[in-house]
Amino acid sequence: MGTFLIRRTFWAIFLFIAATIITYAIFFLIPGDPAQLACGKGCTQQQVAHVRHFLHLDDPIYEQYGRFLWNLVGHQNLGRSFLNRVSVNYLIGQAAPVTASLVFGGAIFWLSLSIPIGVLSALKPRSLLDRASMTFVLIGISAHPVWIGLILSFVFGYKLGWTPIAGYCNFFGASPGSDCGGPVQWAYHMLLPWCTFMLLFAALYVRLIRANVMETLNEDYVRTARAKGAPSNRVLVHHVLRNSLLPVVTILGMDIGLALGGAIFTETIFNLHGLGQQVITSYNQLDLPVIIGVVVFSTIAVIVFNLIVDITYAFLDPRIRLS
Amino acid sequence: MSMLEVKDLTTRFRTDDGVVKAVSGVSFSVEKGQTLGIVGESGSGKSVTCLSVMGLVDRRNAELEGSVMLDGEEILMAGEKQMRDIRGTKMSMIFQDPMTSLNPVKSIGWQLEEAVLVHHDVTRKVARERAIEILERVRIPRADQRVDDYPHQFSGGMRQRVMIAMALINNPELVIADEPTTALDVTTQAQILNLMQDLQREFHMAIIMITHDLGVVAELSNDVVVMYGGRIVERATVDELFERPQMPYSWGLLGSLPRVDVIQERLEQISGQPPSLLRPPPGCPFNPRCEFAMDICRQELPALENFDASSGHQFRCHLGTETRAEIWNAKRAAMAAEMSAA
Repeated sequence: MGTFLIRRTFWAIFLFIAATIITYAIFFLIPGDPAQLACGKGCTQQQVAHVRHFLHLDDPIYEQYGRFLWNLVGHQNLGRSFLNRVSVNYLIGQAAPVTASLVFGGAIFWLSLSIPIGVLSALKPRSLLDRASMTFVLIGISAHPVWIGLILSFVFGYKLGWTPIAGYCNFFGASPGSDCGGPVQWAYHMLLPWCTFMLLFAALYVRLIRANVMETLNEDYVRTARAKGAPSNRVLVHHVLRNSLLPVVTILGMDIGLALGGAIFTETIFNLHGLGQQVITSYNQLDLPVIIGVVVFSTIAVIVFNLIVDITYAFLDPRIRLS
Repeated sequence: MSMLEVKDLTTRFRTDDGVVKAVSGVSFSVEKGQTLGIVGESGSGKSVTCLSVMGLVDRRNAELEGSVMLDGEEILMAGEKQMRDIRGTKMSMIFQDPMTSLNPVKSIGWQLEEAVLVHHDVTRKVARERAIEILERVRIPRADQRVDDYPHQFSGGMRQRVMIAMALINNPELVIADEPTTALDVTTQAQILNLMQDLQREFHMAIIMITHDLGVVAELSNDVVVMYGGRIVERATVDELFERPQMPYSWGLLGSLPRVDVIQERLEQISGQPPSLLRPPPGCPFNPRCEFAMDICRQELPALENFDASSGHQFRCHLGTETRAEIWNAKRAAMAAEMSAA
């Protein structure tokens, strides 16, 4: 356990440094002048030079990177936006809950959809349900989230008027300048984004779970359980599902970690000010500190969720726990 | 009354390529406390026969015909509920590969307890005591500690002991063992066979021993059924089969038996492939590989005929009585010559 944690910590540090360095490198390779953009259209050359100096953009890149690292490690400070001098910590703090709502809510949706469908279609291959679910999978994988999102918000939001067309409501209390807030409004506003976001994952998970369950059904130990006289529900829960859902835990953790970096398409369609939208906006304005902030956040999310997966897996699978 | 009486059992599987006739008109019986050996190569239908008896074939693509009487009760067409009550209590099964036959994420104790709990209304504590007791009976050292271990912490032989314990935990009257020693190394095989013999004396259960190893049959069984191509081709007591086998496939099986007391240049083998059960050859299923095959063998399936009036020895072969006696005597003489030469 000790060596495992040490190894994981080193791996996490390496991953973190690699991700931020690569982001820095790419940022300075792409054409465009961040100082010009930060200063505004009417700036003179002199003013731009002044801004460049003020933002330390005239320092060597490694110095800028060193300063970023020092601020982050020493003061847990991601710096300030080039554009409006707002604290990046604050911006991330505003955007992360939106993305997290989308991702975690979506994950609950796609799991509660894909587990029953996947299991049932594995139990009755070639049945009507199985064929219907395979059609669903095909649509879910092929259709683009932008298209799905637009269709959903047109039909349910605009034509039928059942849901809001776009926008986000805070889970805790009303956000300043708006009168909507609280869990009910939050869920009401997230309904269409969840449906849009989860469709691809639901499709992939149905296929994964169906394949895993079908494979596990043919395992010798499932036959052993039946030979013992165990009822089929018991065999299904304790022997089939317990084993066939193990790999799903791994993939779920990785998917959640990845998605927390921003679900760009869904956030854009429903005008949710999450991390994905934040990074797009900042990229267009060459606002490096904000971009790096989102990268730092999503790297940490990936690291944390992989760790959670490993711990959960060790808890669920004795072969890993003890060896 | 026999412990198990199987009559004209036929099992067909519907597949994409057509109907596979895995078992065709198989009849046999096992007496209480006795051991029946079912011998045959892979694909001869011996495993499917036993899975059909246990009600473990997939009913969605299998068709079953005939009759299976367990202790006087017809069970072949019994419902799933009734079969569930019988499986694990009245009859149970030991499978071939102990490596894959135990659930990897549940402890041995949990899996043994499950076998008790699904049939008896007892607490987990009682079930656990029963599990430890049965592990001691199959001679697993430190059973009270090992009961909490997981399958991957046991060796192959120990896992097979666990499988045997699981089959015996509810005192069944019939145990079907499907090649229980095939996946084990030779020294472990002997231990497991000895254990099964001892346990049979202790528990007085009947055993059906499925195997492709005539040595196992000779050691354990009272009666033997030889299967080929989904059919019974010969049936006799063990002594009778080793003494007077009556058809070419049985001759081949006996000839291919390795012996420690004879130095053989090489083992006899039965050439060719086992028949396709999807498109079986016309006539006798063994005719494509039989060195004595005649025209009639390619046209007509020989009936299962009695060798004599009293012994219950039956066989399928078109060869005449004298021809069979001649061929077997010649083969046996050759084997004896080899033995004395050694």
